[in-house]
Amino acid sequence: MAMYNILKIAIRNLMRYRRRTLLTSSLIMIGVVFVLVFVAVTGSIKSLLIGQITDSMLGHIQIHKKGYVASIDNLPLTITLPPKAMKTVETIIRDIPDIEAYSPRIKFGALFSNFTETTNIRLNGVFPERELKTVPLLPERIVKGNKDLQKGSILIPELLAKGMKVSVGDSVVVIATNKDGSVNGKQFIVGGILESVTGPGGRDGYIHIEDAEEVLRMEERELSEIVLRLRNFDMLQDVYASLTDSLSGKTNEAGKAIFEVHTWEKLSPFYNIARMIDIMTFFIKIMLIAMVLVSIMNVMIMAVYERMREIGTISAIGTMPGKILSMFLLEGFSIGIFGALIGDVIGCAIIYILNISHITFNFGRQTGLLLETHVGITDLLAVSIIVIIVSVAASLQPAFKASRMEPIYALRHV
Amino acid sequence: MASHARQCFEEDYMGLITAQNISKDYQVGEVSLRALFNLNFEIEPASFLSFVGPSGSGKTTLLNLIGCLDIPTAGSLTIAGTDVVGLDRKERAAFRGSHMGFIFQDFNLIPVLTVYENIEYPLLMVQNVPLEERKRRVLSLLESVEMMEQKDKYPDQISGGQKQRVAVARALVTEPELVLADEPTANLDSKTAYMIIDLMKAMKAKSGNTFIFSTHDQKIVGAAEILYTLEDGTIVDRKETGGNGHV
Repeated sequence: MAMYNILKIAIRNLMRYRRRTLLTSSLIMIGVVFVLVFVAVTGSIKSLLIGQITDSMLGHIQIHKKGYVASIDNLPLTITLPPKAMKTVETIIRDIPDIEAYSPRIKFGALFSNFTETTNIRLNGVFPERELKTVPLLPERIVKGNKDLQKGSILIPELLAKGMKVSVGDSVVVIATNKDGSVNGKQFIVGGILESVTGPGGRDGYIHIEDAEEVLRMEERELSEIVLRLRNFDMLQDVYASLTDSLSGKTNEAGKAIFEVHTWEKLSPFYNIARMIDIMTFFIKIMLIAMVLVSIMNVMIMAVYERMREIGTISAIGTMPGKILSMFLLEGFSIGIFGALIGDVIGCAIIYILNISHITFNFGRQTGLLLETHVGITDLLAVSIIVIIVSVAASLQPAFKASRMEPIYALRHV
Repeated sequence: MASHARQCFEEDYMGLITAQNISKDYQVGEVSLRALFNLNFEIEPASFLSFVGPSGSGKTTLLNLIGCLDIPTAGSLTIAGTDVVGLDRKERAAFRGSHMGFIFQDFNLIPVLTVYENIEYPLLMVQNVPLEERKRRVLSLLESVEMMEQKDKYPDQISGGQKQRVAVARALVTEPELVLADEPTANLDSKTAYMIIDLMKAMKAKSGNTFIFSTHDQKIVGAAEILYTLEDGTIVDRKETGGNGHV
């Protein structure tokens, strides 16, 4: 009851200086709107780009033989997972319900010839169905030709096709050196042309895994990597931890770990861009905090200075310091909550308008990506709670000063 | 007449207020200013008493000490059986809230509260009195100070005299033993000033509170039953006038 009355007095005091209260609340509101829209837009861009990268090529998590990632640029054929290791991984994967699909790959570097010219190419030998389940945006990247990868056909990147003047249906030859050093070649029909995607693997070609085994003259299937797709991307760290836990105990005869597990973050340079977006968001939030802190503090210092005689009066008639402190804290709290709520409403409205405006943007060679801004309830709550806490914190010093004021000094104030 | 006050102690009479050798010094830079010096007096319950004297004589300082708004530099001050010199800031606030009512020269009503809410404030925010009891006391006082019709108005919607009547009601609503009024009529015209003093006397007669007010207005000092005259920080005279009229 006492708190209700203190709040009533606090709100009436705010209404007394209506213009000042509105200006301060507006400043907070603008800050909240700015942060929410920024978070929504950058978050949308970030998740869209992460989705493009993981769903087109990288997958969410990759499992390699220990040491493979350190030499990944060379696509080594000596650091591979034999069938026994694949079985071990499959057993573990089946026990993790959050894993939606997985795709084993044989990756290797090769020479690509159109019979008149030769260039180099990075190739992925895959099971087409499993690969499509694991990286579902792959078919969208096939700009020409058949979306199905058949045995004996090859999907090649667009830049390579242009450079080598090769089109769908043409015969090409892939020549590769296997892990023993012997060279082998195989003729393929170009089944499709792949649009590039930003990041590693963006210029990779695809063949059937059995063709890869044939080119590399493998006696048994030796995998370069196993790519995983999760049902819910938010479970990334949990699944990663679970896999790491399960696989870290698997050692070879020398007692050394057989596997290494990496999330997409460790495999793509885009992760650094995503981190930069997060850092920018963090600094934008710091700016919001500074804005709220300074504006509320200014208003509350003014309020204490202007109402010194009132403070003296209520103190003289016996109001305890704690209640005077609460009165001013609640004023700061009220401004904060008002600014945050209005900011939330306007921020959400702007985000909705951005969504119905169907704004598109380009990323790398990909054009027309639709900006689907979204702000989660967590972000809304986080921003609002930050603003409210900072508002109360900013009122603390002036409120404390008011509560500690000697009534005799306050009553003398003119 | 300062000796008369001292004589009270010699008679060992314990009143509502007992001051023994109280002094108050103020430090202004490196200079120490003596506002009150070695005052001794006793005030009986249900007194209607005034401190008079010229500006700078120490009236306000003395009222501030009695009102526990300030503490003496030396001496002891006992109010309603409590040695108030030893109280800390919070204890003094609690003591004021339970034993005293204040009437200020500038009325000091809370501008965001209505007349009703201003009177209710000490009951609600200081004494936590239940709603029904609050309502009964506030309405009764509104009636007594003839402000019932203005109860929903804000302080900036009423006159100075009305504001002071509200202030009187606010001071009395907690039924304090002691009501302190520092120059309560200074900002009022003569007619309103007499009305306020008469109101204070009437309230004192009705509820038996002790009223202490300071004034340098010679026109209203006659209303006081006991008159202490201060000069240069000391009590120079004590007179029992009976308080039958205005001087």
